[in-house]
Amino acid sequence: MSGESTYNPSTGFTRWLDTRLPIMRLVHDNITDYPTPKNINYWWTFGGILTFCLVTQIVTGIILAMHYTPHVDHAFNSVEHIMRNVNYGWLIRYIHSNGASMFFLAVYIHIFRGMYYGSYKAPREVLWILGVIIYLLMIAAAFLGYMLPWGQMSLWGATVITNLFGAIPVVGESIAIWLWGGFSVDNPTLNRFFSLHYLLPFLIFGVVILHIWALHVPGNNNPIGISVKSKQDTVPFHPYITVKDAFSLSIFLILFSYFIFFAPNVLGHADNYIPANPLVTPAHIVPEWYMLPFYAILRAVPDKLGGVILMFSAIFILFLLPWLDTSKVRSARYRPLFRQFFVLFIIDCLVLGYLGAMPAEGIYVVLARVGTVYYFAHFLIILPVLGIVEKPKEVPESISAPVLGGSAQAAE
Amino acid sequence: MIGRTPTLLAACLLLAGLSAPSPAHAAGEAKHPHAIDWSFSGPFGTYDRNALRRGFQVYKEVCASCHGMNQIAFRNLAQPGGPEFSEAEVKAIAAEYEVTDGPDDYGDMFERPALPKDRLIEPYPNENAARAANGGAYPPDLSLITKARSGGPDYIHALLTGYEDAPDGVEMRAGLYYNPYMPGGKIAMPAPLLEDLVEYGDGTAATVEQMSLDVTHFLNWAAEPELEARKKTGTMVLIYLTIFAGLLYFSMRRIWADQH
Repeated sequence: MSGESTYNPSTGFTRWLDTRLPIMRLVHDNITDYPTPKNINYWWTFGGILTFCLVTQIVTGIILAMHYTPHVDHAFNSVEHIMRNVNYGWLIRYIHSNGASMFFLAVYIHIFRGMYYGSYKAPREVLWILGVIIYLLMIAAAFLGYMLPWGQMSLWGATVITNLFGAIPVVGESIAIWLWGGFSVDNPTLNRFFSLHYLLPFLIFGVVILHIWALHVPGNNNPIGISVKSKQDTVPFHPYITVKDAFSLSIFLILFSYFIFFAPNVLGHADNYIPANPLVTPAHIVPEWYMLPFYAILRAVPDKLGGVILMFSAIFILFLLPWLDTSKVRSARYRPLFRQFFVLFIIDCLVLGYLGAMPAEGIYVVLARVGTVYYFAHFLIILPVLGIVEKPKEVPESISAPVLGGSAQAAE
Repeated sequence: MIGRTPTLLAACLLLAGLSAPSPAHAAGEAKHPHAIDWSFSGPFGTYDRNALRRGFQVYKEVCASCHGMNQIAFRNLAQPGGPEFSEAEVKAIAAEYEVTDGPDDYGDMFERPALPKDRLIEPYPNENAARAANGGAYPPDLSLITKARSGGPDYIHALLTGYEDAPDGVEMRAGLYYNPYMPGGKIAMPAPLLEDLVEYGDGTAATVEQMSLDVTHFLNWAAEPELEARKKTGTMVLIYLTIFAGLLYFSMRRIWADQH
């Protein structure tokens, strides 16, 4: 998609096909021969890992849907039917439920990598925005999916989140009733959540294609953050990057398999093995780990509407990141101050995650407020100011220069 | 690689680890159960068939008078990875119970002996009947109990054996019993196990501790009947992936050799 096509159809058939549907050219230019900066490190392999995660969720999800019943009287039992009576049903379901966690683990690494190396800066703003859209869709898909087993946390988690819409002035209550299809989370809600949970992954798939398209126009960023200058700076995607992605994926799969086979419920909540009961509220309603920082922000605000606005702002502010960061230098390698604030930001996210799992009382609320303020300050104050006051280190001439320069860079 | 690399990785792993739910979160602090070295714990853990069979006996003769197990069919008692009763034994166990079937060709419901395909028999016809018989409390279904309580089997065992006299200052209403492992400390179930409450066929002494360990073992199987197959498969998968990752690593080194 960027630059000249290097595809040369070699047989009669491929020449014939190329003038009718140049799909082989598409594959050649975007996968086989796609020029990739030779210095990208393992943090860049998470794009491939995420694609794998998406496909895994879709395949296991389609199989689960063959055995699942989206009805309040049957949902819980149909999941147990999958676990007990469907051949390898336990495996499919544990891949799917732990797969969601692995998907988020990978996407967080991918997002933080983009933040560290300035991958959102010109000319990759659209690429970044598409990524944030994918992340939003992932959150929606995960939230919808968590409701389907119809355990206690499914019901009450869905109740808490859908009730947030009730905080909207004037029309809030009507919107909540419209979302529920009734006056509380009930069978119509479960039905539509199942339908939407099946739809969203395909929307994600579509945006992923746009994301890759938007990547292949400017090409990959790289750890140095300076643009590719010559062919010497790049390697063809295949076999160099495919083998590296495959190796990284195999390590990722070892972690994934550990959870599936040896700790399949560690990342979940015990209460979700209790069938949903509208008459009994769990002592603590907590979301899955990957939503905890946002949950902490929601509960940090004493006002319901304010909490909802801040929680959504915490995600939507990511859309503005390319313009909030005023520094022209992409990679944090050459931004000594930004590096330190980057670490503080990660710590802040982890602290917020911890606080999201704690009860909203006493010291936890105070800390959550501090964490929330810092979260927004990072984007709205620190990043714009840093670009002006920070004195970046000297940036190398080209990608090949530091790589071939015989410095102490480890082989990657 | 850069200096921040380990920080990032540690951060992400920490974030993943945070989600492990801890019973300490509960506002009414409950006593933390101590960890038991179950034969099914650990990566190579398997169930102890004899413990499962004894545990089923305890369930059947003690727990089943109040608690159902609606996810379990008699046939499950014969399947691999479980108590592994023979088919004949399972038929005999099932035949001890009567179930309502029908309607027959004349439209009438009728009673017949239970078959291996039937689920274990519920102690009460419905929740209201269960509450009426238990002072308003509803004895939970036990099919998934070890997965549905944080602390899992350790918690169940601690609860079954952890009854105490209420400490001074704790007011106990009639029909509630003090148990420090229960969140809030008050439980509607009286201590269910008493010395020699059951007579084990294999001669094992039926102490409270032993019966509790056995029935918890059985309940864990009921919640995770796939456990043995899961761990066995997992071991093979990890061995395969490790070898595969090694091959990929050396392939990568070879492919990238001309770039360094």
